[in-house]
Amino acid sequence: MNYDKKVLQLKEDIVKMIYLAGSGHVGGSLSVLDILVALYYNVLNVDPKNPEMEDRDRFVLSKGHACPALYAVLADKGYFPREDLWTLRKLGSHLQGHPDSRTTPGIDCNSGSLGQGVSIASGMAMAAKFLGKDYRVFAVIGDGESDEGLVWEVAMSAVQYKLDNFTVILDHNGLQIDGSNDEIMGVGDMCAKFGAFGWDVTRLENGHDIAAITAALEKKVTGRPKFICGETIKGHGISFMENNFMWHGKTIDEAAYRAAMKELEEAING
Amino acid sequence: MAKSMRTAYAETLIELGAQNEKVVALDADLGHTTMSCLFKERYPDRHFNFGIAEANMVCGAAGFAKAGLIPFVSTMAMFGVGRAFEQVRNTVCYMNANVKLGLSHPGISVGADGGSHQTVEDIAVMRCLPNMRILAPCDSIQMRKAVFAAAEMDGPVYIRVSRPDVENVTDEDTPFVPGKAQVLREGSDVCIMAVGLMVHIALTAAEMLEKEGISAGVMNFHTIKPIDREAILATAAKVRGVVTAEEHSVIGGFGSAVAEVLCGQTDARFGMVGIEDKFGKSGQPDELFREYGLTPEHICDECRKTLR
Repeated sequence: MNYDKKVLQLKEDIVKMIYLAGSGHVGGSLSVLDILVALYYNVLNVDPKNPEMEDRDRFVLSKGHACPALYAVLADKGYFPREDLWTLRKLGSHLQGHPDSRTTPGIDCNSGSLGQGVSIASGMAMAAKFLGKDYRVFAVIGDGESDEGLVWEVAMSAVQYKLDNFTVILDHNGLQIDGSNDEIMGVGDMCAKFGAFGWDVTRLENGHDIAAITAALEKKVTGRPKFICGETIKGHGISFMENNFMWHGKTIDEAAYRAAMKELEEAING
Repeated sequence: MAKSMRTAYAETLIELGAQNEKVVALDADLGHTTMSCLFKERYPDRHFNFGIAEANMVCGAAGFAKAGLIPFVSTMAMFGVGRAFEQVRNTVCYMNANVKLGLSHPGISVGADGGSHQTVEDIAVMRCLPNMRILAPCDSIQMRKAVFAAAEMDGPVYIRVSRPDVENVTDEDTPFVPGKAQVLREGSDVCIMAVGLMVHIALTAAEMLEKEGISAGVMNFHTIKPIDREAILATAAKVRGVVTAEEHSVIGGFGSAVAEVLCGQTDARFGMVGIEDKFGKSGQPDELFREYGLTPEHICDECRKTLR
């Protein structure tokens, strides 16, 4: 299946909801989107009509600030009406500024305080093994997030407990709030590091190639957890946002909104 | 018979584990300190050691809770409350995850390990978190009841598990109703409201006061949050003085919780016994209790002050 048009429409939703909210994280939402599309359209065993289905696969967006991308995908999958997206970050909305499992259908756990989501996800995977359940647990982390020590506590414990039902995907866009990873805190060769901890490692040269992401996600591994590093572009798909750390959490004003939507419309019609 | 609450905590976990297969125990390389190693001996498959990584253990516990299990997280209170505070806040309390924090060695009764391992701020810090409940039993018999009660509650519970051996002041028949303070001794002049290890010290103080002709009651607040407002107000209406006693800083702890209830609502005078804005240090627990003003004599002094 060709997801080009689907992804472009989801990008429009992301840009529009952050524009209407008056705040939000557009750069990382656009870099992670293709990973989420691969998960939700090709990989995860979930049921939008039954979000609490007992043996569903679990997904945790540990870089919770990129939730506009997740909300757009969940709405498109039918977890809640698309109109809800326009209430993002507003008083009374079930779409909180960072994911909240108590309010939003389809969110498996809260995240947003960096490092915690991936740790909760590893606990879910430990619990699944303990209970003899077959479901899988996936978590997406950011490279800025990987400054957090908790990520490395998980890097150890997931191997110790041989969590082969657990996959961590790194959205490696190379930028964090204050600048590039290299300038702020060099996370270095993440694949080598996770490999040294004992994870099965896959590096995707193009972290926007949905078929390649899907194949990596579906790869079966026994006895150890999987780490997938997707090389991505922050602000992917909107020329003036791409690879610009200023678009990590910058407000989308009307001019930027119009320019971004114009680019996306042209791509859809192109 | 004197027995430590941590031993009672661990023994009760085993008992609970036999009754409820959803109960699992999580440790951070302190199983021989918290005594949860006993659970591991009985149920090796239901025990998970996270190594010296409290943040990962607390978030991991929420993952277990999300799968319908009832994780009991054990480590020293210093690290479970202190180092993992934000994990407790954002993952456990904010999400209202069904995680039980059985944290041992609170206060200065840790003893020789010194100030780095003696949390005197844990009640203050846990008390201000929405969804959190705090149980602080006064002896090993009550600890058993508290552990069973915590497993029955849906949502986060902090159980304050003291290290030293302590004489039992309750017995098997003493009712334990979470949220309801217990009157251990009636008194008409002053009431000592106490928590944890300070309860039996308060009872000694009340006997000393009786010899001076002062009638002192003693109440055991095994539940610090939610605080029993009704009992506090009703008691304060009947006495001239209320004195709180806790092995914790006087800033933000149990005494503060009682003061929040009483402020502007009573004619009774109010006094607090606790640790005065200081860190702990190495020493034997009884030496430290004297040094930090947590003896029956200190409670008596504070009671007399409220009656002057």
